[in-house]
Amino acid sequence: MSEDTEIEDLPLEALPLDAWHRAQGARMVPFAGYEMPIQYEGIVAEHNWTRENAGLFDVSHMGQLLLSGPGVDAAVEAVLPIDLATLKVGSQRYSLLLDENGGVLDDLMVSRQADALYLVVNGACKWDDIGHLREHLPDEITLNHLDNRALLALQGPKASAALARHAQGGPDLATLTFMKFANYVLGGHDAWIARAGYTGEDGFEISIPAYAAEEIATLLCGEPEVKPIGLGARDSLRLEAGLPLYGHDLSPETSPIEAGLIFGINKRRRSAGGYPGAERINREIAEGTQRKWVGLKLDGRMPAREGAEVFADDTMVGTVTSGGFSPTLGQPIAMAYVDAAYAANGTELEIAVRGKRLPAAVSPMPFVPHNYYRGS
Amino acid sequence: MPRYFTDEHEWIDVEGSTATVGITDYAQEQLGDIVFVELPQVGTTLEQGGDAAVVESVKAASDVYSPIDGKVIEVNEDLEEDPALVNTDADEGGWFFKMTVADASQFEGLMDAKAYKAFCDSL
Repeated sequence: MSEDTEIEDLPLEALPLDAWHRAQGARMVPFAGYEMPIQYEGIVAEHNWTRENAGLFDVSHMGQLLLSGPGVDAAVEAVLPIDLATLKVGSQRYSLLLDENGGVLDDLMVSRQADALYLVVNGACKWDDIGHLREHLPDEITLNHLDNRALLALQGPKASAALARHAQGGPDLATLTFMKFANYVLGGHDAWIARAGYTGEDGFEISIPAYAAEEIATLLCGEPEVKPIGLGARDSLRLEAGLPLYGHDLSPETSPIEAGLIFGINKRRRSAGGYPGAERINREIAEGTQRKWVGLKLDGRMPAREGAEVFADDTMVGTVTSGGFSPTLGQPIAMAYVDAAYAANGTELEIAVRGKRLPAAVSPMPFVPHNYYRGS
Repeated sequence: MPRYFTDEHEWIDVEGSTATVGITDYAQEQLGDIVFVELPQVGTTLEQGGDAAVVESVKAASDVYSPIDGKVIEVNEDLEEDPALVNTDADEGGWFFKMTVADASQFEGLMDAKAYKAFCDSL
């Protein structure tokens, strides 16, 4: 029996909650240069707990950046296809770091604080992102890498009830709707809380000082609705939610239009351009793309994984970028880039896995409906 | 009925000229929730250390190797309906396949229960 393991060149670093995870019984694995919890009691149990209650995820490997200085909006708009004129203080928006060809270097969240823009970028890309931003932003823009802060995600239908018992000094959580952002005091520490996440459920992403991470994780997991959840369930949850994972579903080889992420190119920027890759992106918006990123539901129980080839009869029409078993649906699901002619919902295709052809049908995403909080 | 173990975490129970193969409790614990087991076809000739089956957990696919040379004579059809049997009963009910024993001398290179326990403790 053997399992593929990633080869890590650099020594692994410990996150602020390292000892806490181990004390909770986590199995730690290398991920994005850190040792991180893949699971505690088991992926399916953690997955289902998050869908029904609330799960606490440590995502402190992600990069938290602050950008400030004179003309910061114009400077950032030269790098990202975002419309900052419409991003108000207290709001968060999804954006994309693109190369000159319109290929995706990273996907990220941008929030407006009173005097700065706050970015959350993927852990595996953060050093490259910082280099890219520093290279493309003028010297008068300050880029502050907040490596003294931890990031927790509290996700699930009961996340709000659990967090409301502890979040003070900010707006009522009932008014903090999906993609809003505000400052709170949590367990006596300053906390920047966004109503967002990566599971498809209602939930929060909580930025806190690294020294307070253990205290706040213990506080939140002391609530009866909350259990710690590992990276394994984070992946199966985001898969069901139809959310792309950078480095798998998105890369410099993919454009945001192929991936269906046109909402990441804000409306004013589509016509005005002025960001890296605008020429290709505008062309693709007008003319469409040769391939499209789609969801696939598989018959049977055998999952198809990243790299599996997708066929229409004898013609190879695409490649799987993420795949696994959906605990909620009880069947395998996958994401793939396929030729546009085969991207319509319901199209019947086959995925080649170890010499077998698994029947699969193009399915709308999310596979499991989102449950975001947009106000009562 | 002696049980032997491989350093790839398979077990093999020997009963005369046939043997039953499964993965160990340590292995299922490492794999986590198992959602699918791809078993060899009856009649397939297996080589010691060669691919025999594939276990799909929620997170990954893992190969299972044949502990010895031989031919597959039966597979555990219960795993088709209930692959999680490997998680709940790896040592008995979650067996994978039965095979012929082509060369009994190959058992000499495998571990007994005590040696396997010491091997797991060293990991």
